Amino acid sequence: MIQAFCDWLSNTPLSLKIQTILWIIPAVQTIHILTVSFVLSSMAMLDLRLMGLAGRGQPISRMVSRFVPWIWRALIVLATTGAILIIGEPERELLNSAFRAKMLMLATVILITLLIQRRTKTNDAYWEMRATAARLIGFVSLLLWIGIVSAGRWIAYV
Amino acid sequence: MPILRFCAWLESTHVAAAIRESTWLFPTIETLHVLSILVVVGSITMFDLRLLNIASRDRSVTEVYEEIMPWARISFMCAAIAGGLMFTSSATKYYHNFSFRLKMLTLLLAGVNVAIFEFWTYRSVAKWNRGERIPPAAKLAGGLSLVLWIFVVAFGRWTGFTK
Repeated sequence: MIQAFCDWLSNTPLSLKIQTILWIIPAVQTIHILTVSFVLSSMAMLDLRLMGLAGRGQPISRMVSRFVPWIWRALIVLATTGAILIIGEPERELLNSAFRAKMLMLATVILITLLIQRRTKTNDAYWEMRATAARLIGFVSLLLWIGIVSAGRWIAYV
Repeated sequence: MPILRFCAWLESTHVAAAIRESTWLFPTIETLHVLSILVVVGSITMFDLRLLNIASRDRSVTEVYEEIMPWARISFMCAAIAGGLMFTSSATKYYHNFSFRLKMLTLLLAGVNVAIFEFWTYRSVAKWNRGERIPPAAKLAGGLSLVLWIFVVAFGRWTGFTK
């Protein structure tokens, strides 16, 4: 079924256009990578703060309200550029096990980030009061982001 | 030419052969290279945005500098080591690659920009540390850095697409 969808998608006018213009894929990948660098660096700062390893002078709730709204905006850019890459080369992405692992990790980290944001909205000091849970959630989130980037690069090799 | 002879020697080393012959070594080194660059670019951009008065305006310049620069330096070293290994595996090919040359040139310009900022502009930071009165030289350094790093990433990505 996915194979049939890939065949259909790769024959759409938009996909054919992307396939014939040589610079589109690298250019879109560059925008995708620059946006990932923004997300990874911001999330790493927040995760290290949750783990108690950096930025302890700042309350967690303040870092959440500073970074997380930008993460959601960046995710829109990532989804758009990612969609262009998929439309241009459907089989390379949709049938790829590294791509699937990436999407699974992404879905998980989105849920975790929503949870972090929700809890700080109801109670400013929520994560400060639960140091162990904060450490764990920060660690898992950081690990997932590293996994997402790595799986993204490995799409080209598996 | 000495550079070409050096490239040929690099390629003939055991390290180069091991990277070329392994199926997983090159992608793994490349993944570390990408992860390091993401942290370099992400952290430096945060500082550039402070110099341009766009972000972290409520925090002093030195505070942002001291928080961010150690991460940028360590990640840059990791990126350079991983990049050096990738270069070693096919040195001659990369030496002749036009995008790779442009990337190195852009990297050099970014380095000169950092050097001028560190040894000259940043020396007077005490006078403009707080608030929004950033001198034009510091704003220029932030703007140039922002643009140069975008091109470093773009030429790096383009290198992978060219022979």
